[in-house]
Amino acid sequence: MMVADFPLWPEQASTFAKDVDALYIFLIILTGTVSVGIFLTIFGLAIKYRRRPDNELAQDYEPPKILEVTWIVVPTIIFMGLFVWGSWLYFHLARVPDDALDIYATGKQWMWKFQHPTGQREINTLHVPVNRPIKITMASEDVIHSLFFPYFRTKMDVLPNRYRSMWFQATKTGRFHIFCAEYCGTLHSGMIGWVEVMEPTEYQKWLAGGSEGSMASQGEQLFQKYACNTCHTNDATGRGPVLAGLYGKDVTLSNDTTVKADDNYIRESILNPQAKVVKGFNPIMPTFQGQVSEDDMMKLLAYVKSIGQNTAPATTPAPAGAKGTNP
Amino acid sequence: MTTATLHDVRLSGAASDRNYFNDEYGALSWFLTKDHKRIAILYLISVSVLFVIGGFFAMMMRIELLTPEGDLLTSDTYNKFFTMHGVVMIFFFLIPVIPAVLGNFLLPLQIGAKDLAFPKINLLSWYLYMLAAGIGLIVIVTGGVDTGWTFYTPFSTQYSNTHVFGTTFAGFIAGFSSILTGLNFIVTIHRMRAPGLTWYRLPLFVWALYATSIVMLLATPVLAITLVMLMIERTVGVGFFDPALGGDPVLYQHMFWFYSHPAVYIMILPAMGVASDVVAAFTRKKIFGYRFVAFSSLAIAFLGFLVWAHHLFVAGISVYSAMIFAFLTFFVAVPSAIKVFNWTATLYKASVSWQTPMLYIMGFIGLFTIGGVTGLFLASLGLDIHVTDTYFVVAHFHYVMVGGTVMAYLAGIHYWWPKITGRMYPEWWARLAALLVFVGFNLTFFPQFILGYVGMPRRYHAYAPEFQVLNVLSTAGASVLAVGYMLPIFYLIWSIWNGRPAGKNPWGAVGLEWTTSSPPPKENFHETPVVTWEAYDYPGMMKAMGETQHV
Amino acid sequence: MSDMALGNEHHHHHPFLQHHFEDLGQQHEASTLGMWMFLCTEILFFGGVLCAYWVYRVMYPEAWAVGAHLQQTGWGATNTIVLIVSSLTMALAVRAAQLGKRGQQLGFLFATLIFGTAFLVVKGIEYHRHWEEGLFPGSHFHWHEHPELAQKVQLFMCFYWGMTGLHALHMIIGAGLLLWIMWRAYKNHFGPEYYAPVEVMGLYWHFVDIVWIFLFPFLYLIHEVHHG
Repeated sequence: MMVADFPLWPEQASTFAKDVDALYIFLIILTGTVSVGIFLTIFGLAIKYRRRPDNELAQDYEPPKILEVTWIVVPTIIFMGLFVWGSWLYFHLARVPDDALDIYATGKQWMWKFQHPTGQREINTLHVPVNRPIKITMASEDVIHSLFFPYFRTKMDVLPNRYRSMWFQATKTGRFHIFCAEYCGTLHSGMIGWVEVMEPTEYQKWLAGGSEGSMASQGEQLFQKYACNTCHTNDATGRGPVLAGLYGKDVTLSNDTTVKADDNYIRESILNPQAKVVKGFNPIMPTFQGQVSEDDMMKLLAYVKSIGQNTAPATTPAPAGAKGTNP
Repeated sequence: MTTATLHDVRLSGAASDRNYFNDEYGALSWFLTKDHKRIAILYLISVSVLFVIGGFFAMMMRIELLTPEGDLLTSDTYNKFFTMHGVVMIFFFLIPVIPAVLGNFLLPLQIGAKDLAFPKINLLSWYLYMLAAGIGLIVIVTGGVDTGWTFYTPFSTQYSNTHVFGTTFAGFIAGFSSILTGLNFIVTIHRMRAPGLTWYRLPLFVWALYATSIVMLLATPVLAITLVMLMIERTVGVGFFDPALGGDPVLYQHMFWFYSHPAVYIMILPAMGVASDVVAAFTRKKIFGYRFVAFSSLAIAFLGFLVWAHHLFVAGISVYSAMIFAFLTFFVAVPSAIKVFNWTATLYKASVSWQTPMLYIMGFIGLFTIGGVTGLFLASLGLDIHVTDTYFVVAHFHYVMVGGTVMAYLAGIHYWWPKITGRMYPEWWARLAALLVFVGFNLTFFPQFILGYVGMPRRYHAYAPEFQVLNVLSTAGASVLAVGYMLPIFYLIWSIWNGRPAGKNPWGAVGLEWTTSSPPPKENFHETPVVTWEAYDYPGMMKAMGETQHV
Repeated sequence: MSDMALGNEHHHHHPFLQHHFEDLGQQHEASTLGMWMFLCTEILFFGGVLCAYWVYRVMYPEAWAVGAHLQQTGWGATNTIVLIVSSLTMALAVRAAQLGKRGQQLGFLFATLIFGTAFLVVKGIEYHRHWEEGLFPGSHFHWHEHPELAQKVQLFMCFYWGMTGLHALHMIIGAGLLLWIMWRAYKNHFGPEYYAPVEVMGLYWHFVDIVWIFLFPFLYLIHEVHHG
């Protein structure tokens, strides 16, 4: 067994890694000191005050009560500090940068499927450029999975009924583990893969090699295949709302509430159109539950996103996301 | 007056050969008994058998994990083994072990009662436990279950083709056993205390059992209803958490952890109670900050209900709810810290005996501390993202559940063994076992902290080659631990016939249970005791002893 | 605990004093406290499923409104009244037991049993209707009035069957206990000194009644769609 095969520390390969490790090291020092301190105190006292004659009594002495207050107040203050530190880190992990590169992931017993906006698809391998924020939008086709990048110090559960997204920014090129961290059945431990972090130029080269067209363009084809375009026309004459410029905006619903047109809203509107009907339209759209696979759903989403950005009014600048990478 | 009465009670009770063992004979006198002491013995035997079964699964997993490839067991078998290890150890060992064995035996003795308030319900609890365990064993021998002990939907409801129904049904029944035990204890503590035994004169073990019972009573029904919903969904084919109907699998996790997080306190609170009693007896000192320790049990029971969603930080809850639950989680650590510091302070200027129960409790305090402080890592939101669902979590909860609960249980069973059987266990062997357990435990589980941070996910049948060294260490530790656990089974059984007769109070401990004969008579006390002294009144007892000697 | 010594003298030979209690007062207090504790457990038991129901109600208000519309409010209201009256007769039975009036006791217990049975019969009629209408979840479910809401309505019906089913199970257990209490009343076991089993039975019965008082508005009456 070589020493190199025996890591005590996972490589730091993302922008989070240093921050997470810093908190980890701080906690090791803090809790290590406390634990060793308690161990030594117990053994020290137990030796010093060991019972010598069998009928020996304890000394009639009680430590001052102020100790009690001390060890309530001091840990509480330390814990509040830890809470702030941990939450700060969590916010950082939860806030996806606007210029992130979109990638779509589907978890399925027992493989990871990835799609790039340009249309490349891969299984159990994910190619990403270095030093660029990557946003992964993901859903599960069956049970709950969890997409885990140990060297990036991040993971997130993948759910069967909604989109969730996570992000990271790799800081070094190389090959790093992908694990499924939420138990998902027989081959849970085989639901693993590699993330290949590449130089941007290499990544562009990789993207150029073979594709069925961008996800958005595949989504557009599906949009016609499912005949969405018969109602969702490009002008206000259609029976359904215009989708251009929709993504990310607030939509007023028939009950006068508003909802943000995000990934999950679009997903729900396809699978369960009556749940949130746009004001001024009739609830006539049929459901597509069971007809659109998770992969196709993501393509449709990519399409709706792309036309949302194309005709976006001046209020929101178009993020450089998906289309920026089109070769 | 105080000392005189104490002295009277200690020495009263005519010596008699009659005890709960030889009061009646025959199998029926055991299987239809309403005596809490006999029911405790029934539990002792049953939980020990289930511990060995659960331990077998653990050992098989550790052997499988010697090599990175999944070569000894198939994936399905491995998945079933870790599931059944979890189900057996949690539902059939850790939850009942201290309350149903030690609690059952000692609660009436410690409060000067003849029995629990509802002896028939107590026996019913044992039968429910046995029914549940029986169903569990049938599940095991007919193919097992592979969902993990958490039964997450939709895997458990729609994808697993193993005995999910049988296992959840067993969990449901075991839940009612636990509820009835909790109910019985609460009523007993409220209504059956001996004259003069006020709340602040109660041993801390009783306080801990009281807090535990509250959690059993209020958390377990939520598990029961959740399992019912899961069973219905599995039977009908659609149901409450079905994504196809718009059901939310994360809601299942909320409901499951609403029970299962407090369940952690069902397992650890009684252990803390044992620790308090043992520390007092083996230092001959009143526990420092008695009231703080007593109320910290209630605080833990209460706060334990408010932190369940910290199991869901990556599972799909909003950033703000995650923050609220993280905040509350740090608070639940405070009362646990209070206890640890108070036990430690009790040792100061004490008369510390190094007998086996105290050895276990010294180990308990240390290991529970490590289990507790690693909980801080998991409560720190940003760090939890990385370590959750890895071996770090596995190590953390084994430090609490095994390093904590099992160590304290072993301390308790040694401490009260002379009372239960009337015989002393062999001290040398017992110390050896305590040492083996401590060393084996740390060697098994400490490497798993590192393994988790390096990134090995839990519930992995095969793993990346670089994780092997730490896994081999862990397996080596597990074999030491197994020897440490087997030893007491042998020497304790041996001591029932061959141990030195213990007498009423071999430790010179204060407490009503030490005022009656060992083993106690069927009705516990020959006359109802009257309590006039504070809990752990060692100075008072010593004075009384001195007077006796002078007279 | 001060009355222990007193009680000891008077009631030591009462046939229903269990050996481990000092007196009937202690035994009575233990029984009622035990039942209260059990009811705490029951509150959390039903509370769990009610919480889940409420979460989905917030998520799918339209389907929940449609689901409530599918119920026959008339039958539900009838059953509510039946149960409230049964609670009254149960309370009167406890009072009769306290006063040692055996005849009245048996009469009120019997009335309670009749009302309980009536409730179950009505529930059975409703169940039958729902089954016929295809409102039983699973492969049997075929309700197509609002196809786009069908799945969420099915989810609602899961809760309907689950919660009313659990409640009905509690009623059936209650009816069984009533029969046992009636048998003991017939044997003249209860009187001013000893009536704890009747009182405990009463607590249980009132609780099951109260559960229905929650279920009725939740499942039958909330037609309105609230957002937010």
